[in-house]
Amino acid sequence: MKVLMFGWEFPPHISGGLGTACYGLTGGLSQIGDIDVLFVVPKAHGDEDQSNISLMGANNVPVSVKKLRFSKSDKSINYIEVGSNLIPYVSENEYLKLSEKNISENYQPVTINNDEARFNFSGTYNNNLFDEIYEYSLVAKVIAKNNEFDIIHAHDWLTFPAGIAAKKISGKPLIIHVHSTDFDRSGGKVNQRVFNIEKEGMEMADHIITVSNLTRNIIIDKYGINADKVSTVYNAVEPVSKKVKAKLKKGVKDKIVTFLGRITIQKGPEYFLEAARLVLKKMDGVRFVMAGSGDMMNAMVKRAAELKIADKVHFTGFLKGDEVTDMLHMSDVLVMPSVSEPFGIVPLEAMQSNVPVIISYQSGVSEVVKYVLKVNFWDTYKMADAIYGLLNYPSIWRLIRREGKEEVDNLLWKNSAKNVREIYLKVLKKKQDSLPGTDKIVIK
Amino acid sequence: MKSICFCFEVHQPFRFRKYRFFDIGNDHYYYDDYTNENLMHNAAELSYIPANKVLLELIKKYKGTFKVSFSITGTAIEQFNLYAPEVLDSFRKLAKTGQVEFLSETYSHSLASVKDDELFAGQIKKHDELIKKYFDVSPVVFKNTDLIYNDKIGEIIADMGFKGMLTEGAKHIPGWKSPDFLYCNVRNPRLKILLRNVALSDDLSYRFSNKNWSKYPLTAEKFVDWMIADDKSEIINLFINYESLGKRQPASSGIFDFFKKLPEVSLNSGKLKFATPSEVIDEYQPMSSVHVPNTISWADEEKDLAAWLGNEMQEEAFNKLYALTKKMKMVKNKDMIRDWNYLQTSDHFYYMCTKVFSDGEIHDSFNPYESPYEAFINYMNVLNDFTLRLDTFVPESNAEKIKDLKK
Repeated sequence: MKVLMFGWEFPPHISGGLGTACYGLTGGLSQIGDIDVLFVVPKAHGDEDQSNISLMGANNVPVSVKKLRFSKSDKSINYIEVGSNLIPYVSENEYLKLSEKNISENYQPVTINNDEARFNFSGTYNNNLFDEIYEYSLVAKVIAKNNEFDIIHAHDWLTFPAGIAAKKISGKPLIIHVHSTDFDRSGGKVNQRVFNIEKEGMEMADHIITVSNLTRNIIIDKYGINADKVSTVYNAVEPVSKKVKAKLKKGVKDKIVTFLGRITIQKGPEYFLEAARLVLKKMDGVRFVMAGSGDMMNAMVKRAAELKIADKVHFTGFLKGDEVTDMLHMSDVLVMPSVSEPFGIVPLEAMQSNVPVIISYQSGVSEVVKYVLKVNFWDTYKMADAIYGLLNYPSIWRLIRREGKEEVDNLLWKNSAKNVREIYLKVLKKKQDSLPGTDKIVIK
Repeated sequence: MKSICFCFEVHQPFRFRKYRFFDIGNDHYYYDDYTNENLMHNAAELSYIPANKVLLELIKKYKGTFKVSFSITGTAIEQFNLYAPEVLDSFRKLAKTGQVEFLSETYSHSLASVKDDELFAGQIKKHDELIKKYFDVSPVVFKNTDLIYNDKIGEIIADMGFKGMLTEGAKHIPGWKSPDFLYCNVRNPRLKILLRNVALSDDLSYRFSNKNWSKYPLTAEKFVDWMIADDKSEIINLFINYESLGKRQPASSGIFDFFKKLPEVSLNSGKLKFATPSEVIDEYQPMSSVHVPNTISWADEEKDLAAWLGNEMQEEAFNKLYALTKKMKMVKNKDMIRDWNYLQTSDHFYYMCTKVFSDGEIHDSFNPYESPYEAFINYMNVLNDFTLRLDTFVPESNAEKIKDLKK
């Protein structure tokens, strides 16, 4: 079975949840014998090696074809990079940092961080983004025309038009994979154009995969999609192969409680600060770190000062792969107080690094893990109580740490991939059954 | 003639309110009065009152032949007093018939039996004084918290003068043949041991209303057939949680009708009669001694202590609590003693159990917490405040002095 997959660049290039999840799932699929993946990603081509790049589509979009090998699998996958500036969910600050490295001057940065996107959608920038999406779909059409495959799999709304274009030209079934919806990203203030693209993708899809039941319910309730068409496949986490040693040592004796992620409305940073205030009222020897950047970062710096806890709250800005590892190694507790989190892979990474975590019930990941403390994001008293408990009562810290590590080590992408495969087979069978006898698809 | 020996466990814990860490040192009231009152009303309405009514009718109808026993904890009696005095009245009516035996327990349904002999004995005395006060009887048979038992506990109970004790008919007890005979403690044979018939007891308390159960529906006739199936056995010990009547098995399941019918069908069989634990002990000869070196209970599949002391949170809470034992002996303050007793109630430890994760087994009694972690943190916050208070009653230096004086 051959899958044409419209995904996202893998870490470490852009380390967001979406790229990580695509990488994990593709790695998992590559371990399954009868599946071949042709993986297509948008990539802003910069000053790297241009020798393997060819041009494609109406606007002569640069395209390069590569082979990619996963460590656990003896198969390699075909990997097509399409010149494009589409980047998922990166804030302005992060984008600028990235742009210094990866993006040439020829390409205007297009970020779709929500607040900014809302702002930009009213101006010309806006059209740039939608032009970009459209152009990507034209290239997708060419790729679909020139390649053989049985099924199309598209990850999140920016690639839905590409998936639809590929479906229209090939007649193959389309599966869309929803890692987040605009309801999550916007804190409820949905952008109509984004919503329309999302909804069209969902309606055109033969089947929809969601990363949690939380997201599944949003798709059924808010987008009005038939429940039979939507299945949940949970994300997993790449096992840490070697013991990564922290390069940095903790410079203070104090315990460290960490928030790790984009500082945006979706992630609930203000609840973290409120819980910090409550804990600091009662105990010394603890510091709070907000690791990440985002459009609410300055507001949070200000808020910490207002709460008179600025001396105990530290802002690191955006962290890259190694720095994330270091941060986790220094942490005694990780808190993810997300207001609306379709899945949330950061807590799993923390658990891998032996860090006990507190997560909100409003996260998809809370549906899969048991050895974590769960609170409602708005219940800062309970959040503070959980932080205090983990820092002061050694047995619960030890228990959560040990059992959490074991639990997360058993969440394998291979299993998620198997569930995805089941959905492929179901969709293909349905398609086959609906065809007249002579035209049966032969599944390779 | 085979004896049916019923024992109904009646217990209510004083559940804690949400006690956040910022309450430590500021607020010394720990109890969720609203929840405790509501749950008591609910249990009274659905179970205690209708069940007591049925039993009283049966006792009058089958004068001298229908008998049951109760083990009612001190905390349950306190809550009857506070929230449902009519329940207490109905138990007193039962007591007056003379066909009901009241068993001994620990006052607060504690785990003291596995920690501290002296404390354990003290709680039993405190409980039995309460029973004497309300029901004008002195218990002679002991039933520990959730049937917790080992040889040593049996020995303590024997030394206290009890003639018998109830425990679980767990199959892994060495020397176990069948729960349907009388046994005795291996260290002190004067203490007789009654073993719960697990299958028949659980048929009533867990399976009765389960429509997927192959034996559903359970009728009095069917149940009597099972009880008399084995000709040789002598006793059928049916020890169940009293809330099974009306709450776990709702009235709509027909559980009360079943009980109304059971005495008639049993007595008409000509092979069954009803007896209290004391009567069983007086009438039968022990079959053999039971050897129980490792502690057993009626909890879950494992029948051990893991439901209360199976993970490190439970151990930390338990050890930190009982580390206060010495100091508490010097305290006369009534509020402190009350809180000390309520803190020991085993339910608090049960709420911290993480086994449900691995077993997929559902602990069916009401749990006020969303997770074992929340239960633990809440308990530790309360215990921290209690410890601070205790320090004001017994300052560290004083405690040392008292120790020195004793030497």
